[in-house]
Amino acid sequence: MSPILISVIVVGVIGLIGGLVLSVASVLMEVKSDEKVAELRAILPGANCGACGYTGCDGYAEALAKGETKPGLCAPGGVDMNNELGKILGVEVKMSEPKAATVLCDGTCDKVGTKMLYQGVETCKAANMLYAGTSDCNYGCLGFGDCERACPYGAIKVQNGCAVVNADLCTACSVCVRTCPKGIIQLLPIKKKATVACSNRDKGAVARKICQSACIACGKCQRACEYGAVKVENNLAVIDPEKCTACGACVEGCPTHCIVF
Amino acid sequence: MTSNIITIVLAGILTENMVLAKFLGICPFLGVSKKSNTAVSMGIAVTLVMLMATAVTYPIQVYILDPFGVGYLQTIVFILIIAALVQLVEIVLKRYIPPIYRALGIYLPLITTNCAVLGITMLNFTNARITNYVEALFNALGAGLGFLLAIVIFAGVRSRLEKSDIPESLKGLPITLISAGIVSLSFLGFAGIVG
Repeated sequence: MSPILISVIVVGVIGLIGGLVLSVASVLMEVKSDEKVAELRAILPGANCGACGYTGCDGYAEALAKGETKPGLCAPGGVDMNNELGKILGVEVKMSEPKAATVLCDGTCDKVGTKMLYQGVETCKAANMLYAGTSDCNYGCLGFGDCERACPYGAIKVQNGCAVVNADLCTACSVCVRTCPKGIIQLLPIKKKATVACSNRDKGAVARKICQSACIACGKCQRACEYGAVKVENNLAVIDPEKCTACGACVEGCPTHCIVF
Repeated sequence: MTSNIITIVLAGILTENMVLAKFLGICPFLGVSKKSNTAVSMGIAVTLVMLMATAVTYPIQVYILDPFGVGYLQTIVFILIIAALVQLVEIVLKRYIPPIYRALGIYLPLITTNCAVLGITMLNFTNARITNYVEALFNALGAGLGFLLAIVIFAGVRSRLEKSDIPESLKGLPITLISAGIVSLSFLGFAGIVG
């Protein structure tokens, strides 16, 4: 037999056997992937943001199909998409009030000074490790834009040294909430509510010296609020969005204008 | 016999290390060594596949290729077999041991084209120490463990690289290659300890 024929036969037979074994194995050991999972996964936005508390859209779809969780947790999908999830699963969906990330700080460069000439790594996380950051305020926004880079939707921009959220683009996925080393980003209802744009817990006089728009914990807002929505705790006013009716009494009363809509 | 096997395994790990002495499998060595836990997964996967590839290719060379006088087909046949084998392993793992399948993830199919795996199956026939099937299997085991050791050590080196001040022109791949060279140099120190 010619060497060409032998080599063709050898390689051909080995290839054929390999192919047969593989095709038999793939039929015999087929793993049935749940059709529901694929269907649910197709609807989910695919941002893998983790707002639902699972590792990603795949994880959430699997948990939904298994009945471990309920639809309505996908914040980026919005109400319509979550309703569709519910339709596939045959469950009623209760969506919480739409929320957006809010930066609880208004310490722009012209309001807060810096305490050092920082030449290190240009991230909030790194700067925060050195004497709690460059800013005079140990609680406020550092302005290096970790949240801006983390946001999958481009909804956060650092403007004049302080992060600002564009509520129209924000999907409340809470990536920025987890990213911010200062923990000053919170998910708050989009609906018009009064918010304390400050996180400083220093005593009033100290806070006042550090930042022009700091909460000095004077308690004026607490007294002005008819609904008991405002409480001053640890030298900082906090507004409960559930109770706030957006009447504006605290906003008008605040001497440092740190309560905003 | 036993001493020969110990020599083969030690040689595979230290003096004839796949990555650091023979410069095979550089692609996964550089690509998957960013974190030590993924490096360990990759190392274990490579070791397993090397063992299985040797288990299948050694008899094929001895009982099919050599008797028919088509030894020159070695490379193409071995590639064919390794590719099919890795696919098969993937199917079996997916069916019976899903946790391991998920842990290995993308690394398993990546190994199909890993030259270290093809390398070890071919080196089994050029290495003078290897005379039979069992020794070939231990050679594969040693080479796999050597790969595991090299990639884990290098993952440690790289995690330190990340925090160090590197000149602008060397950032990224250049400094990785330079440090891989230095790690390889350090393995030269083992030369001679395995007879």
